Amino acid sequence: MLDLPGLRFRAAFFHSLRSFFVRQQFLEVDTPIRQPLLLPELNIEPLASEGWFLQASPELCMKRLLAAGCNRIFQLCNCFRKGERGRLHLEEFTMLEWYRIDAGYEDLMADCEALLSSLLADLGEMDLCAVSKESLLVGERVIALQAPWERLSVHEAFARYSPVSIEQAMADDTFDEILVEYVEPCLGVERPLFLYDYPVELGSLARCKDGFPHLAERFELYVNGIELANGFSELTDSREQRQRFARELELMDDERRQRSSMPERFLEELAGLDRAAGIALGVDRLLMLLMGRESVGEVLSFAPGDFE
Amino acid sequence: MYSAADLRKGLKVQVDGAPFIITDFEFSKPGKGQALYRCKMRNMITGNQLVQTYRSNDKFEKPELEERKMQYLYCQDTEYHFMDTENYEQIVIDKEHLGDNVNYMTDNMDMEVLFFQDKPIDVSLPMFVNLVVTKADPWAKGDTSGSDSKPVTVETGYVLQVPPFVDEGDKIQIDTRTGAYVTRVKE
Repeated sequence: MLDLPGLRFRAAFFHSLRSFFVRQQFLEVDTPIRQPLLLPELNIEPLASEGWFLQASPELCMKRLLAAGCNRIFQLCNCFRKGERGRLHLEEFTMLEWYRIDAGYEDLMADCEALLSSLLADLGEMDLCAVSKESLLVGERVIALQAPWERLSVHEAFARYSPVSIEQAMADDTFDEILVEYVEPCLGVERPLFLYDYPVELGSLARCKDGFPHLAERFELYVNGIELANGFSELTDSREQRQRFARELELMDDERRQRSSMPERFLEELAGLDRAAGIALGVDRLLMLLMGRESVGEVLSFAPGDFE
Repeated sequence: MYSAADLRKGLKVQVDGAPFIITDFEFSKPGKGQALYRCKMRNMITGNQLVQTYRSNDKFEKPELEERKMQYLYCQDTEYHFMDTENYEQIVIDKEHLGDNVNYMTDNMDMEVLFFQDKPIDVSLPMFVNLVVTKADPWAKGDTSGSDSKPVTVETGYVLQVPPFVDEGDKIQIDTRTGAYVTRVKE
């Protein structure tokens, strides 16, 4: 549980996030947290609520708003993922998502750099901020925050840090294990890093890279080995999106599949969307780093343990 | 059976037929990836460390462990004899399975014995035991050598460092977790 100075810092942080997007002419939206249907995602277990679901992300609604004509939108909201617990995971957590039309994933990377710089301008002088002279202090480590940040492709990251190539890891179905064990600990330790261009199988809602059908224009932002955000150029071809969802549904076990179904209305409206990009950022993790804390539970007004 | 979602620090699971205790646990889940459960574990029989990463669909057997209240009776060579204080059943544990515990065990001492599939694998002693000093060099008054400790031998044969004022025949308290001297005990 945060004490009063901690609550003030969290509030100032939220205010700073909002004012950054408002200044950039983003429209703040608030879509329903409880929904009848979630996008089919193999590795996300939803929390059920009276036959509907608590959202795992506001992605579905926000992309429908884009398709309905919004140019730039953002949302700060609570999301839910069943069974996720740990230093960096909570079943209920805070998400920041923003979407742009006429944009690609590079534009979102630039947004991330600008957002952090704006946060530092607003919060850098506050007592609780673990930032000094544009550097983030994490234990003994000093992470330089000035843009431009590092950019590293998934292919290159595996060549550099993994005992096997990305192709081998995909063939062996060990991508996640190797990423967590060998690659992630090396990412964003001197300056923040964008890991980009994922195998297309690992970006079910991301657009393929032009000329590279095996790659998705997806990236993750890492600071101090911690994944902070996941963004991509949106897949707006509804026929291809239908195939990707079908594949995702096929990989689910029977029990999960019964609760998931093809989001027909979403696919219908997606057809009206042209070029767009969107990103989800783990707000509690970013706040944890800015406050120099060890776990996301420490930066919430109430953590699960505070109810025991 | 346990599922991966049950894994946590302190949980005891069976891996490849042996009982393990999880000493360190971390949940991780790369973006869009699957949940991974990273465990550091100690084999409760051999003490060996094991580091393993599990996925959500992995399952674990519960090890068949039982703690029984027993009294240590006596030892004969390397055989340590115990008696169950409830049903008076007697068992023997070999010295090599008792490790450092033998340094603190005196006849008729009560302790908990841990069984895995009906085989004794470990004993848990009280945190502190009182043992009689059987051999100590006398403390020379006015000793100016500056040393603030000296070695003594206690009734179990264990040798440890104690303050210079401890004499032969004194009873001292020892911390069984560290093997260190705590204090002199008055009868």
